[in-house]
Amino acid sequence: MLEVHGLTCERGERLLFENLSFSVRSGELLRIAGVNGSGKTTLLRLLCGLALPDEGEIHWEGKKVRTTSEQWRRTTSYIGHNLGVKLELTPLENLQFARAISGASSTEPLEALLDKVGLYGFEYDPCRTLSQGQRRRVALARLMFTRTPLWILDEPFVALDVAGIAFVADLLARQTDAGGMVILTTHQDTPLENKIIKELHLDSGNS
Amino acid sequence: MSQPPLHEPGLIEVFGAVLRRELTLAFRHRGELINPLMFFVIVITLFPLGIGPELNTLQRISPGIIWVAALLATLLSLDTVFRSDFEDGALEQMVLSPQPLPLIIIAKLAAHWMLTGLPLILLAPLLGYMLAMPVEALPPLMATLALGTPVLTLVGAIGVALTVGLNRGSALLSLLVLPLYIPLLIFAASAVDTAASGMSITGHLLILGALLVFTLTLAPVAIAAALRISTS
Amino acid sequence: MWKFIHKFASPKYFYNISGKILPPLGWITVALFAVGLVGALFLSPPDYQQGESVRIIYIHVPAAMLSMSCYVAMAVSAAIGLIWRIKLADIVAWAIAPIGMTMTIIALITGSLWGKPMWGTYWVWDARLTSELILLFLYLGFIALQTAIEDTRTAARASAILALVGLVNIPIIKYSVNWWNTLHQPATISKMGKPSIDASMLWPLLVMIAAYMCYFAWLTLKRARCEVIYRERNSSWVKKMVGEAS
Repeated sequence: MLEVHGLTCERGERLLFENLSFSVRSGELLRIAGVNGSGKTTLLRLLCGLALPDEGEIHWEGKKVRTTSEQWRRTTSYIGHNLGVKLELTPLENLQFARAISGASSTEPLEALLDKVGLYGFEYDPCRTLSQGQRRRVALARLMFTRTPLWILDEPFVALDVAGIAFVADLLARQTDAGGMVILTTHQDTPLENKIIKELHLDSGNS
Repeated sequence: MSQPPLHEPGLIEVFGAVLRRELTLAFRHRGELINPLMFFVIVITLFPLGIGPELNTLQRISPGIIWVAALLATLLSLDTVFRSDFEDGALEQMVLSPQPLPLIIIAKLAAHWMLTGLPLILLAPLLGYMLAMPVEALPPLMATLALGTPVLTLVGAIGVALTVGLNRGSALLSLLVLPLYIPLLIFAASAVDTAASGMSITGHLLILGALLVFTLTLAPVAIAAALRISTS
Repeated sequence: MWKFIHKFASPKYFYNISGKILPPLGWITVALFAVGLVGALFLSPPDYQQGESVRIIYIHVPAAMLSMSCYVAMAVSAAIGLIWRIKLADIVAWAIAPIGMTMTIIALITGSLWGKPMWGTYWVWDARLTSELILLFLYLGFIALQTAIEDTRTAARASAILALVGLVNIPIIKYSVNWWNTLHQPATISKMGKPSIDASMLWPLLVMIAAYMCYFAWLTLKRARCEVIYRERNSSWVKKMVGEAS
């Protein structure tokens, strides 16, 4: 279980959110909503440990965690606005590298994995030639070889077509069904199939 | 979901994967590989044109010229070493990797050194000869470069890591990094000078080696910390 | 112990306590400068070799001493801010940087002024002057990096790394420059600072060093105090205080 207590974040002059508290249990999906500039992305970056909060604590399984610790990096997977997909490399090369630095991962052949995300036939094309949606699929394929219990995803549905959205929704459902957790931001109403969906509104003060 | 067995890559495997990725990326931009080398050659060519072709003068200042040019060429090529990874989010993935960030950085910089430092070392004797350096000083020149260019890369990368998030970081980068290059410049150039006058440079090489070991130990940690700050 | 440090590091506490320390410290500084300058300019004898120009030493030596120790203080303070995330330490490092830079510039200018009658030229690549010049670059780099990064916290953390790298490098730079100097300079050029110094010259020098140190402490506190209240301007205690005053 993830518990967030009294998270406060200022950026420059502006107070993005103050004294924010919420929790996510095993098998739950948390959707963070809010207008542009309400601090959704910043919140995700605080949770995954890229940025540090001004105040507040994050607890995991009842214990306080340092979000910059190695243990935390083994617990979370983060896919941000910038996908981290190298355009000069092929999807296969991208995933080979991603898997090498991902810690414990499944040994499933990457070609089979790319097939599953719908990139069959594109394994050996440079990502530069792929569409935005296909590039996002390459990034999302990273989630399939790690076994991290907490996924933190910034706008995972952007640029995806109908089949892509269904695929991601299915991926998220499997994660929560297996007892994992998902925290994501999304603008559009997407057909999430997860059993428990929580919402957190950032612009209306605290949830 | 079926659960295939999990595999945790070892440190050597990680190092290899990063190195391979960096080299692949570099070769997909083959055209840019030659730029720092051309810079190195052209800067060195400018000196005889500015000072005059008198061989005694050139011989006197050649170690300094070659070393200053190597230092600037390295700094120039380093400027982009983290930039593209910063812009497309790959750097975030590296920072968030459970693998040690300093290890990933060392692998990245090793690849960078193989593509810029190594050709520099191979090219230097030719340029040294053109600057009237005595032939017996050329192997020592290569030795100092072999020990010194990794230090240039490692120390420079600290500055790059600190400025990678800034729009116009290049001018700032020279201000941050060049003062830190001074000890290396002093010892390396004087080693070549000493070798040119026919004396032993074992002492110099030991100092350069010590600098290399020292930098190799501390710089990756500093770069990792700087990258964490730059991605925050 | 931790509680005490955090209490002292709290902006409000610092603001109040520095307000109490500043006035007496200021007067001590003025008094020390008065005594030191009279001693240095009128009471101490001219040097039998250097004549009246020796009096530059009383300005130069304390500035040169402080230029180096300011960097150490700045780097240590920045490191404390980086590691324990104490905002006040960031502010102190920020406050010291331009002071240290100014001390370095004073040391450079007075050093070259002193050098003119000694060496016949304002600039000689003397080991100390060269080290001082490199130190100036280090200060400039620190300040430039800090101004280049918009977010004050990121700026503080990034420049703290730079300051630490500089701190580790300073001994190496000093050593290498000294070594370079003995290698290239003929030994006849006399170095600044003398091994033995007469008591009539020593006491004004010591008083001047004390004066510089007090001035440094006063200026650092003053700058940090202003910056604390500026950065905390949106906090409740500042608003309350301003509200009471107006």
